[in-house]
Amino acid sequence: MTAVTSKKKDPIQAVKYLLLIAASLVVLFPPYVVVVNAFKRENENSSPFALPESFFNFDNFRIVYERADIGHAFLNTLIIVAASLLGNIVFGTMVSYALGRLDFKGKGIVLALFLFASIIPTITTQVVLFSMIQSLGLFNSLYAPIVLFVGADVLQIYIYLQFIRNIPYELDESAMIDGASLFRIYRSIVFPLLAPATVTLVILKTINIYNELYIPYLYMPKQKLVVVSTAIMRFAGNNQAQWGYICATILIIMIPTVVLYLFLQKYIFAGVTSGAVKG
Amino acid sequence: MGGLSYPAQKKIVLAFFLFVPLALLGMFTYYPAARLVYLSFTDWDGLGSGMSFLGFGNYKEVFTNPDLFGVFLHQIPYAIGGILQNIVAILFAVVLNSTLRGRNAFRVLLFIPYIMNGVAVAFMFQYVFDTTGGSLNALLGAIGLGSLQQSWLGNAAIVNWALAGVSVWRYLGYTMIIYLGALQSLPSDMYEAARIDGANRFQSLWHLTLPSLSRIIQLNMFLTLSGALAVFDLPFVLTKGGPAGASETFLLKTTETAFQFNNYGLASAMSVVLLLLTVLILLAQNAALGRKGRD
Repeated sequence: MTAVTSKKKDPIQAVKYLLLIAASLVVLFPPYVVVVNAFKRENENSSPFALPESFFNFDNFRIVYERADIGHAFLNTLIIVAASLLGNIVFGTMVSYALGRLDFKGKGIVLALFLFASIIPTITTQVVLFSMIQSLGLFNSLYAPIVLFVGADVLQIYIYLQFIRNIPYELDESAMIDGASLFRIYRSIVFPLLAPATVTLVILKTINIYNELYIPYLYMPKQKLVVVSTAIMRFAGNNQAQWGYICATILIIMIPTVVLYLFLQKYIFAGVTSGAVKG
Repeated sequence: MGGLSYPAQKKIVLAFFLFVPLALLGMFTYYPAARLVYLSFTDWDGLGSGMSFLGFGNYKEVFTNPDLFGVFLHQIPYAIGGILQNIVAILFAVVLNSTLRGRNAFRVLLFIPYIMNGVAVAFMFQYVFDTTGGSLNALLGAIGLGSLQQSWLGNAAIVNWALAGVSVWRYLGYTMIIYLGALQSLPSDMYEAARIDGANRFQSLWHLTLPSLSRIIQLNMFLTLSGALAVFDLPFVLTKGGPAGASETFLLKTTETAFQFNNYGLASAMSVVLLLLTVLILLAQNAALGRKGRD
């Protein structure tokens, strides 16, 4: 509709660009400072905005990679993400198949249980979970975050349910005429057709787990069990105001998700919007 | 399994498909939540089995000790920041929903902060806010506003606003994308009809767009306000609640009460209070929206 009202030289159009450019500058200002300072040598005493002498000075990155234990951090994070996602996908599709395709008593209650769980602030339950994780023998092991992340959550279930509703039920019916079991229908028809939703969820969940701080901090204090969030926290805590090093660490840790995002934004936007429009 | 009748198969599949996910949900969400309620009436120290019942003693402590309930005052800036964030997000969503060159690039750019690792974002802003070498003070000096230079995270009157600002920076794009998704699902013939009836842009925004967004506004306001109640990561990473407790939040206090002072009973009561407040917001919003719907 705006196209019709704004034929030529619409002053509102200029205001729009002004707003967008201003917001973009605010968004870019902190990362810009991080990028330029990550390449500065310790003795380059310039203002935080000045460009570094060279963008090929990777000294900070080399030093930080060793000292902040980035290798372990990425490896541990990857293991946690992979194991959690495996469970998420299997459990999420199973629950959604049951809710979306099978009629049973208590369906509303199951959905309500998942929904209400999402409004409980997760940090509050750690007060109790901490002693549970200890008595299960999972403290200081990668299993602690994995058991906490592996379950299905309401966002997944909603996204999968929306997709399941769009898979024509005739597919199930014709498979049933051929004598396929319900498990086979789930495995060979529904599960593969949920692939686009699975891609969206894999990306969103990866970003969430990658960004999670308190659970790894609480359950994995051991140095070897560092993940990206705790790596930067420990390193920055021990190297106060060493901005060259800290900026290099920030950059190393930020780049993977930002790159993932730039390539797969379509799926991320789809997930964020469909997760929200659930109500 | 193929030999069984479909009703029999259905029972098996339901049991098999729902058991593990519901068991996980029960074990790691509902059991701890129920246990929180139980422990909130005790003085458990997190170690042995020894605990005695205090009745509502812990709750009395939560509501009467200004060091506990009073820290919610520190979280007002986050709530105000969150409300502004929603207003600005709607504005930008409307702008990006119109015909505009480069709108996808702007959309991608404004969403980037949400994707970034939260701890990395926190340290990025530590550099922005640093008093001596920080980029914000350097920027203010460079544009002749040196008088506004501040110890952003060291000044008790400002620290929560600074942290709330970081939160707005991080979540604005996310909120905007949700609004944009909702706007894109609105039928365009509605606007066409309004235009033919002589409505201008602002009239359609006020009378058409905003009312059709009301459910999404409600959802986002719930996320904003419950998020403001449960602020944790930013002060935990950046200030540890300082200076002198000025940026403590209720959740930060809760974890300290449990894990530093081993007062799990009191910490449980604090957790229950936080959960009840969250539910209260949800109910209040539903009541408000329900009434509006009946008018």
